[in-house]
Amino acid sequence: MPALRWIRRNLIVIAGLLTLAYMIVPNVVVMVFSFNKPNGRFNYAWQQFSLDAWKDPCGVADLCSSLSLSFRIAVWATIGATVLGTMIAFALVRYRFRARGAVNSLIFLPMAMPEVVMAASLLTLFLNMGAELGYRTVLIAHIMFCLSFVVTAVKARVMSMDPKLEEAARDLYAGPVQTFVRVTLPIAAPGIAAGALLAFALSFDDFIITNFNAGSTVTFPMFVWGSAQRGTPVQINVVGTAMFVIAVTVVLVGQLVANRRKNNARP
Amino acid sequence: MTQQQTTGGDVRLTGISKTYGSFTAVHPLDLTVPQGSFFALLGASGCGKTTTLRIIAGLEEATTGTVSLGGKDITGLPAYKRPVNTVFQSYALFPHLDITENIAFGLRRRGVKSVRKQVGDMLELVQLGDFARRKPHQLSGGQQQRVAVARALINHPQVLLLDEPLGALDLKLRRRMQLELKRIQTEVGITFVHVTHDQEEAMTMADTVAVMNGGRVEQLGAPADLYENPKTTFVANFLGTSNLIEGEIAGCGTDIVVSAGGGKLRLPGDRCSAPAVTGGRVLLGIRPEKISLAHADAAGRIAEGRNRVTGRIVDSSFIGVSTQYVVESPAGRELQVYEQNIERDARLVPGAEVVLHWNPAHTFGLDASQSKLAGTMGDAGVETVEDVS
Repeated sequence: MPALRWIRRNLIVIAGLLTLAYMIVPNVVVMVFSFNKPNGRFNYAWQQFSLDAWKDPCGVADLCSSLSLSFRIAVWATIGATVLGTMIAFALVRYRFRARGAVNSLIFLPMAMPEVVMAASLLTLFLNMGAELGYRTVLIAHIMFCLSFVVTAVKARVMSMDPKLEEAARDLYAGPVQTFVRVTLPIAAPGIAAGALLAFALSFDDFIITNFNAGSTVTFPMFVWGSAQRGTPVQINVVGTAMFVIAVTVVLVGQLVANRRKNNARP
Repeated sequence: MTQQQTTGGDVRLTGISKTYGSFTAVHPLDLTVPQGSFFALLGASGCGKTTTLRIIAGLEEATTGTVSLGGKDITGLPAYKRPVNTVFQSYALFPHLDITENIAFGLRRRGVKSVRKQVGDMLELVQLGDFARRKPHQLSGGQQQRVAVARALINHPQVLLLDEPLGALDLKLRRRMQLELKRIQTEVGITFVHVTHDQEEAMTMADTVAVMNGGRVEQLGAPADLYENPKTTFVANFLGTSNLIEGEIAGCGTDIVVSAGGGKLRLPGDRCSAPAVTGGRVLLGIRPEKISLAHADAAGRIAEGRNRVTGRIVDSSFIGVSTQYVVESPAGRELQVYEQNIERDARLVPGAEVVLHWNPAHTFGLDASQSKLAGTMGDAGVETVEDVS
């Protein structure tokens, strides 16, 4: 039975390809349907190829304003969470202080809490404080839940860092600032970058917490949700596809640069 | 560096101590490392040698005392302002920088613009010219070690501190690097302070060795002097092997006569660090290679005036250049004897009755109030302090 033998020999490859397809097919659907020309309001059935949506991505009312708002929130949330999270991670790894263990576990609380419960509780908190719901409350909420992820990512990196490296820098005439900029930061950078990317992604497409605490402000995920009640504009798929392509390009370029550096190192 | 030579670039520690809470890592100690010397701090792990080194580097703050370099007090100076560089045990090469940038790090921090020539010279000195653009993780342990040395030396420090820099290398490479480091030190003429737990390493490389134990300097001197004239049982046992025989002083003169194990042994009075009082207890020390072994039947041919101890061989092991015997005797339960394999007496096998004899001038005397086992392997007498490096 040659066919059976072939299957047996290539089973791992087949399983791998199937899993890959399982993960990629939804993305492909998003891309394909960004070129659709739907008949009616809903972009659920393939009609015919068209570049209309790509030519006019802001053609739907409020889409681009919500998109830019989401971007702004994501950028600020990323900056806020990365700076705070990096500091927390260094403190947790480098210093022995009272309640360090407790802080270590508390950091994980936002990750463990069901998001919808967290969202409702945050709303209660904001209302009780008399805070005006909107851009600011959303930003505060986003920094809060992104923090745990940044801390986790940076902590892993800092833990694997040899503290002797900083001593060596100090020994080699680098003052505290120079040591941090020339040694600590570059070595911790991959962890910090991973944390920042995670924070950006989480903030950008967060719906539940944002929906509870946004007041009348509309972010991109909220816009998609809202429009889905009345119909789904093709432009949503265009935005999704564009972001996917940008993300993949960034990763590929990064890998290419890293590869070239590695090759240069071996003359 | 010529300026330092005229003013004297000695490292001087005065009353230096270090405590962590209730824990004393280094007891107040005074130490002077002469300019241009190769100085070793030798001791078991946790004896305070690394802490002492880190205090000189400025990476650790002394609890009391002052550090001065070339007559200038540098106690309050932070590490990055001291003209002192360190080769770390783990090398601590910067993983994100290539070899050139690792070596140039110190120069760049001090604002030196053109580092190319100096880095090239350094790479040549440590024979790593072809590796300039590699990353540290692409180098072997020995190569990394040499980069660490180059990275420190390029700054022309007044003192180079080496913290067990050969600990991670295998034996053969370690021997080679010892010679290499010694060569570099002679070439550049910088003061080296070397921390090690390997007594052979300390003796091969250093001009002066300070033996540390329990946060104190037990003895300081040239390797040969420490080996021949140990002042404490710790030094006697930690540097090589010593046979220590306990006895009672029977008479004092230029030679001290000691009765031990039913016989009389002599030692030169000026080689006894214990108080010489008739009736007092003393530890008689003799190195295994100084002892000759004769079969009991041939005892009559032993020359007059030599110290003699009778015993029975309990174990012998052939090492190649020598044979090592363990002898049981009334004077000591396990006396070690190393015999060169020149004319081997076939009768010297385990079970044989023998006479140990040696020139009394090779005997040294120690205070009997200390532990005979201090400094031996696996001995509880080695005072250790927690390794805080």
